[in-house]
Amino acid sequence: MIALEKRPTPSRFWTGITPFLAVLATMIAGGIMFAILGKDPFAAIRTIFWDPVFGEFAFYYRSQLLVKAGPLILIAIGLSLGFRAGVWNIGAEGQYIIGAICGAAVGLAFYPTESFLIFPAMVIAGGLGGFLWAMIPGILKVKFQTNEILVSLLLVYVAEAILASMALGALKNPDGAGFPGSRNFRSYPSAYNEDLIANTGMHWGVVFAFIAVIFAYILLSRHMLGFQIKLAGQAPRAARFGGVNPDRLILFCLGVSGMLAGLAGLFEVSGPAGQVSIDFNVGYGFTAIIVAFLGRLHPIGILLAGLLMALTYIGGELAQSNLGLPAAAIQAFQGMLLFFLLAVDVLTNYRLRFGNREVA
Amino acid sequence: MKRRTILAGAVAALALTGTAFADGHAKTKVGFVYVGPVGDGGWTYEHDQGRLAVEAEFGDKVETVYQENVPEGADAERVITQMALQGADIIFTTSFGYMDPTNAVAAKFPDVKFEHATGYKRETPNVSTYSARFYEGRAVQGHIAGKMTKTNKIGYIASFPIPEVIRGINSAYIHAKRVNPDVEFNIVWAYTWFDPAKEADAATALIEQGADVILQHTDSTAPLAAAEKAGNVIGFGQASDMAEYKPSPRVSSIIDNWAPYYIARVKAVMDGTWESVDTWDGIAPGMVEIGEITDAVPADIKAEALAMEAAMAAGEYNPFTGPLNKQDGSVWLAEGETADDGTLAGMSFFVEGLTGDIPN
Repeated sequence: MIALEKRPTPSRFWTGITPFLAVLATMIAGGIMFAILGKDPFAAIRTIFWDPVFGEFAFYYRSQLLVKAGPLILIAIGLSLGFRAGVWNIGAEGQYIIGAICGAAVGLAFYPTESFLIFPAMVIAGGLGGFLWAMIPGILKVKFQTNEILVSLLLVYVAEAILASMALGALKNPDGAGFPGSRNFRSYPSAYNEDLIANTGMHWGVVFAFIAVIFAYILLSRHMLGFQIKLAGQAPRAARFGGVNPDRLILFCLGVSGMLAGLAGLFEVSGPAGQVSIDFNVGYGFTAIIVAFLGRLHPIGILLAGLLMALTYIGGELAQSNLGLPAAAIQAFQGMLLFFLLAVDVLTNYRLRFGNREVA
Repeated sequence: MKRRTILAGAVAALALTGTAFADGHAKTKVGFVYVGPVGDGGWTYEHDQGRLAVEAEFGDKVETVYQENVPEGADAERVITQMALQGADIIFTTSFGYMDPTNAVAAKFPDVKFEHATGYKRETPNVSTYSARFYEGRAVQGHIAGKMTKTNKIGYIASFPIPEVIRGINSAYIHAKRVNPDVEFNIVWAYTWFDPAKEADAATALIEQGADVILQHTDSTAPLAAAEKAGNVIGFGQASDMAEYKPSPRVSSIIDNWAPYYIARVKAVMDGTWESVDTWDGIAPGMVEIGEITDAVPADIKAEALAMEAAMAAGEYNPFTGPLNKQDGSVWLAEGETADDGTLAGMSFFVEGLTGDIPN
């Protein structure tokens, strides 16, 4: 018999090692799946995990890893603060969209003026847009005790409708022959979020993601507010007695996560995506929830988890076009990663005991 | 200015690598980027049939690669770049939203040929655009729909309010109205090209409002399934024959036949005769086909529909022939006048009689 026994305290050793175990288990299970599909499992795993970083065209994919990981990390850092405090912002996708629209609108309003002030103004508008969008569930929760999970999630669909309306109406490219989509920021240097060093993928969004990691780390380990966030999540009653103002904490967590999501949207729309289009959002706001948990809500963990997630996306695309693997197989592979991560999580809180306990 | 120079340098660097791989292999490598899954049974399915036709035509002389489910935007740019890096000689990008990414990548790989479906931007000499005059097929559909409806209500599942879709609605309406002055069009904007659940919802809603004919500009078979479930409702295959719903609810279909174009363009690359062109073919050259009209349609209506198809194939009939007014009552085309391609390409207005506004 194998029995699970709860550990008195979560194991530090297992907390550190389980993500690696999960990746290993995914490689094995995924390899079996690829073999069943008639593909060489070793080639597939190498294509997904090795080629983007060390393969023939790694010079290009490494930069794309940053482009893909940047928004994930930036959003996930914001979400992790709330998740630690028990504030569940599920609507980062909506805040991402609104941030992009607000920032892009500011940039497009100045077209074709060239000034070094335009991009910073867009950044402020993007952050503010995301912040305000997140304040809707925040204020509703504080004032009327509504559920922030539902409100923030449903506001994603509102944001998507606004995005479609903007791409087809107010922000539509006047020179676009009636087709939807805004002007492309690529052809507007003052507003374009270009690679800071050419071909590295290191645009302002990635820089902000790194800064966010550092700030979150300091906040959580050195700052009173960080302590309050952790306390509110683990022992809400104790936090209240300890002088934590729960309303302020809710607004802070939603505000910061909304602002960071809005910034991520602005950097994406003005850089890699290039324009406001109907299908601008591709799910970064939702994937970031996974990244936050994959990274154990820890800033450094989120940094690594964001990069890993980006790797499976880019490696997965490579496997599709090079090995002819279907897109669904890649999604199943990513699903396995999350499944195993949650599964091995058990080992952090429980220990395995082999053999029967003494019969009473 | 400085940012521009950096960009230029980056382009040159990438261009060099591009050249090195463009001519280093014997087989002609052909890439396809798909917006949906190859099994969608509609739009992407037909493009993939074109890819298979290229393989069948040239056998060992070509190698084809494809990637499905590619989001429109930053991800598309990476996928296209990846194909170019891996040595593709010609890349077909098969959705409108790939327009800016295709042109951006094309600027970096001057020796690779790019073919973008349904767009209008050809910013460098290595980009071509191609599309089909689907509205010719819509005319036949409109005729059958107008004759077949008993409730005089026709439901139309539109995807996005872009010229291509608006042309289809106008063409279908003009021809339905001509044979049935009492006909009404009820249009639902789905804001998606492929989303079976959303399409089914739209179809069901239209049927509940009394429509007994459903026309669709979305790619899945879900509306036909909804029509089948409702009974006494007919529909048409979209982009692909959707023959599994024969003889009813699917009474006919518009089939996009990309194979001849793809074969011709790949051949041009092989022969070194490829040039940037803007192709817009209809029924006459065989890019648009009318799928079998089933026995659910009375013989006389079928004969009229076939006669209209034959007239368009012979170049004797243009679906947009005056007298036609715009929705606001102003004159668009005088008696006997036909629409010019420029107006059609950017069509952003409904014709007289259609109710509702084009959303923006």
